[in-house]
Amino acid sequence: MNSGATADAAAPLLDVRHLCVDIAQGPRQLRVVEDVSLQVQRGEAVGLVGESGSGKSMTAFALLNLFPSPLARVAGGEVLLEGRDLARMDAAQLRSVRGARVGMVFQDPSSFLDPLMPVGRQIAEALVAHGQVDGSRARVLELIDLMELPQAAQVALKYPHELSGGMRQRILIAAALAMKPALLIADEPTTALDVTVQAGILKLLTRLRKELDLGLLLITHDLAVIAETCQQVHVMYAGQIVESNAIEPLFDRPAHPYTQGLLRSVLSPQSRAHDLFSIPGGVAIAGQWPSGCRFHPRCPIMRPGLCDTAVPELGSSGQGVDRCHLSGAPEAIHAWG
Amino acid sequence: MTALLEARDVSRLFPVRGSGSLLRARRMQTAVDQVSIAVQPGEVLALVGESGSGKTTLGRMLLGLTAPSSGQVLYKGQDIAQAPASALRDFRQAVQVVFQDSGGSLNPRHTVAQSIALPLRYNRGLAPEQAEREVDALLEQVHLPPRHFRNRLPHELSGGQRQRVGIARALASQPQVVIADEPVSALDVSVRAQILRLMFDLQQTQRLAYLFITHDLGVVRAFAQRVAVMYQGRIVEQGTADAVLDDPQHAYTRRLLAATPIPDPRRQQLG
Repeated sequence: MNSGATADAAAPLLDVRHLCVDIAQGPRQLRVVEDVSLQVQRGEAVGLVGESGSGKSMTAFALLNLFPSPLARVAGGEVLLEGRDLARMDAAQLRSVRGARVGMVFQDPSSFLDPLMPVGRQIAEALVAHGQVDGSRARVLELIDLMELPQAAQVALKYPHELSGGMRQRILIAAALAMKPALLIADEPTTALDVTVQAGILKLLTRLRKELDLGLLLITHDLAVIAETCQQVHVMYAGQIVESNAIEPLFDRPAHPYTQGLLRSVLSPQSRAHDLFSIPGGVAIAGQWPSGCRFHPRCPIMRPGLCDTAVPELGSSGQGVDRCHLSGAPEAIHAWG
Repeated sequence: MTALLEARDVSRLFPVRGSGSLLRARRMQTAVDQVSIAVQPGEVLALVGESGSGKTTLGRMLLGLTAPSSGQVLYKGQDIAQAPASALRDFRQAVQVVFQDSGGSLNPRHTVAQSIALPLRYNRGLAPEQAEREVDALLEQVHLPPRHFRNRLPHELSGGQRQRVGIARALASQPQVVIADEPVSALDVSVRAQILRLMFDLQQTQRLAYLFITHDLGVVRAFAQRVAVMYQGRIVEQGTADAVLDDPQHAYTRRLLAATPIPDPRRQQLG
């Protein structure tokens, strides 16, 4: 591949290859994310779904080296953004990428806003930090407008506590998009919100993706949110991707028993009492991953002597890939009966 | 039939912060506005609404934690504001609560066993060794092996485990109705399903009634026989789960239904 400064036009916007994350626990290294590969194209929404402890948020932090703890670090792999490897950048180079080429929004908007500063100034900070002082006021109002908040000039002067949770999240999205990044990483952006507010934010993200040709990496535990928003899905379990596919085949024909179980436990207004389904057991915690396939203790079609000993690789099945020894076997089609 | 627990025409007003002065009374805001609902023995009634709709305030009034500004809360037909002490003790034992964040309602310095033993000792008057045996039985019921969990502190538990402890503590009083305020909203989808399954099974085996407060219509039909939809302090629609979800009458109910995400990617194209 061309190693020049300009990115290949056909190359994906974000290309994560074999990413590994370790957390230092005394003298030993605990691997919490293992061999994660995914791509995001411009104008595409990619979902990363998993339960608490699956490593999905750690993956997001790793992309921009924004770990909440100094004990965590990228232990391997590449994070290519527009052809440049973020995992090899020093702190100064990364600062020029964060907020400029990649924006991030998180679950709890209040904890990322300064309670003592009007929200307009907080959006402007994103511009000023990247040297765009001139015209920042006009840009801030334009951004608030873009977030479908009425009366931008008044909103800009409000303090965070004067806004609702949904409005605060819109302010954070505005700040994340201030520098016109190519990629937006959203980690559980709607989890703390009411359903009606959540629907508004998801709609907004979809509109922004289309209008701004934005790549969107959406991290959530809720497959229904993914279904409404994304074109590609990666399912994470115990630090690994266990299945990846385009949205429709993943929902129509989930290959991995974990994906199938996760899908069945999603309730909708159509669900009845007999639909109350849950995967038995709990997510294994980092450092205590089971041998063989990490899902085998909870799996209904576990084959002794195979699944509990041999580590499954990501293999292709149909349109997608999955990490199941029995993928394609008759019993794996409807693993939960 | 007398309802087990009933709110009759209750309203609750709160003073608006910072609105008063030396000479002017504080402005009042109506959180709950002349609401009537009734929970029958053994039934699950879902109370649906968004943040600020007044559903939590209504739940607190039914628990006797917040006094209504007007109207009555009746337990087995008796107004709890006028009930004699013995009836009130009855009420406090029979009406229990599970909060969204059981972590916040568990004493961080009490072990799981101590938290569950309190209502056993004080509501049911069990002797310490009896209470200890009963704690184990309750932990079994919520699928937390007592051996592993008896002596843990709340911070050593996951969100789902804490919620199970919260449920076990509510069950300790042998309630007839449990008011569950967003009991699964803070949980992952898969853990949410486990807790709902547990609550459903307990309801079936123990003939419990639930007032299930939620903003998520997704759980309603799987769980509740009847639904009351609350909006801006009022009940705007009430009926069987099937009727309300299949043929919503109020515009707000329709909006709520349309906003509820459905695991079907083909809805994307409909936009």
